[in-house]
Amino acid sequence: MRIVCPFCGERELGEFTYLGDAKPLRPAAGGSEDEVFDYVYLRDNIAGETSEHWYHGGGCRAWLKIARNTLTHEISSVEPAAGVGQAAK
Amino acid sequence: MKYSIFSLARAAFSGHKTWQRTWRDASVKDRYDVVIIGGGGHGLATAWFLASEYGIRNVAVLEKGWIGSGNAGRNTTIIRSNYGLPGNTGFYELSMKLWERMEQDLNYNTMVSQRGVINLYHSDAQRDAYARRGNTMRINGIDAELLDLAAVKKMMPFLNFDNARFPVQGGLLQRRGGTARHDAVVWGYAHAASALGVDIIENCEVTGFARDANGKVTGVETSRGTIGAGKVGMAVAGSSSRVAAMAGLRLPIESHVLQAFVSEAIKPLIPNVMTFGAGHFYVSQSDKGGLVFGGDIDGYNSYAQRGNLPVMEDVCEGGMALMPMIGRVRLLRQWGGIMDMSMDGSPIIDKTPVDGLYLNAGWCYGGFKATPGSGLVFAHLLAREELHKEAARFRLDRFRRGAVIDEKGVGAQPNLH
Ligand SMILES: Cc1cc2nc3c(=O)[nH]c(=O)nc-3n(C[C@H](O)[C@H](O)[C@H](O)COP(=O)(O)OP(=O)(O)OC[C@H]3O[C@@H](n4cnc5c(N)ncnc54)[C@H](O)[C@@H]3O)c2cc1C
Ligand SMILES: [Zn+2]
Repeated sequence: MRIVCPFCGERELGEFTYLGDAKPLRPAAGGSEDEVFDYVYLRDNIAGETSEHWYHGGGCRAWLKIARNTLTHEISSVEPAAGVGQAAK
Repeated sequence: MKYSIFSLARAAFSGHKTWQRTWRDASVKDRYDVVIIGGGGHGLATAWFLASEYGIRNVAVLEKGWIGSGNAGRNTTIIRSNYGLPGNTGFYELSMKLWERMEQDLNYNTMVSQRGVINLYHSDAQRDAYARRGNTMRINGIDAELLDLAAVKKMMPFLNFDNARFPVQGGLLQRRGGTARHDAVVWGYAHAASALGVDIIENCEVTGFARDANGKVTGVETSRGTIGAGKVGMAVAGSSSRVAAMAGLRLPIESHVLQAFVSEAIKPLIPNVMTFGAGHFYVSQSDKGGLVFGGDIDGYNSYAQRGNLPVMEDVCEGGMALMPMIGRVRLLRQWGGIMDMSMDGSPIIDKTPVDGLYLNAGWCYGGFKATPGSGLVFAHLLAREELHKEAARFRLDRFRRGAVIDEKGVGAQPNLH
């Protein structure tokens, strides 16, 4: 698996760290116990197309949102993850 | 058939060409008291204990591929009971005791080899942690010995003791730990369960659940038609989320790939199973002479059943740090298996919120050693409707209750367990 970072170009997998599914959103402060439990512990764990967060620690140190197929490891898109850990100007 | 010295001799005289497949080629019945999904070690052991221990013999094991095609046939075969947390300690020791009598119980040679498992330590802090784990084991009646440097040198003189960065200082040894022949374990359970009347049905994929008006599971939809069931037990290793989703359940589980490696055969070198404590590397030598080793999971969700290169490099570096001379040994084979990684790194055995559906999941990369214990406690749950006392903490709702069993202390980050 190689990842084409929008800032650095194509790099080997070892430069990146996986965070997890990009879909779950952190419940607002004061969210119910169920919402927090869901967010922290339950996963869709999809076999197929998913979107997930990766960190380019060995390069620009940007957080990325990557669309990947978990059955084939094929990557269909890589974009900066809005809001979190964007590359410094 | 029953194996004995006579059956061996008889087969020897005919050039070992007369050995037969040893479980019945069962035809599918309309209904079973219990249907087990997944013909890996756990599913087959469950069926065998249901029949032998709990007297429930109208049982089917449904396997989408062939027996041993899952992780049962992909793992690095290490068995041990050196766990430190309540819940795990007793359960894995129960399993270890069952390994010790498995061959007699099943009348099958599963090549259980108690050659010892040693975890090396490389710092004072790690020594203290291992001393504590060893003490926990001994308090619970499990064998453990803390070895100093001299004792490790005597046992494994071939290690690199001049590593300036990660000097070997000693190790925690469990002499009763070791390895077993993984394929033989599934064949043995299939053989013994079949003899007690269990139907083992290969090439039969479960594609959905049959439910009644109240939502209770009444059977399974399969590639070979609908099969009725009083109860359905899932033991599908890396596919738990996918199968549970068919019943509308979301689990505290992610699927990750773990790779394994085998070198070309060399003369006997490594007397036991050993692990490198400063990185993640574990190795033993097979009876054919190949070094069998592995390390970390790849660390991102995958169902691809193959690994990637960075982990391969990391594993080989771990091996080289311990034994620089293996750099001259060629790597023969490498493969990956998909495992459930649970949110605390420990297994889940419980009824599910869906009536009639029972869960055996989340074994992460340590479930081979659990095979007999898992079979016993899951059969207990299916037969008695209550958790076996050694599985009482493996409840599905423990995450919600804050009662996680987190041996590695990395929280709800399955890719770090
Ligand atoms: C590379 C590797 C090394 C490992 N090393 C060790 C080790 O040294 N020690 C240790 O203790 N553990 C180890 N493990 C972990 C261990 O192998 C697993 O935890 C354990 O084998 C899981 O249980 P099982 O044997 O029942 O799983 P499997 O053998 O995977 O059984 C599950 C079965 O379910 C079937 N299935 C899935 N979906 C369906 C469906 N819809 N319908 C019908 N059937 C279905 C699959 O085909 C599969 O055969 C390792 C794992 C891997 C991948
Ligand atoms: Zn980058």
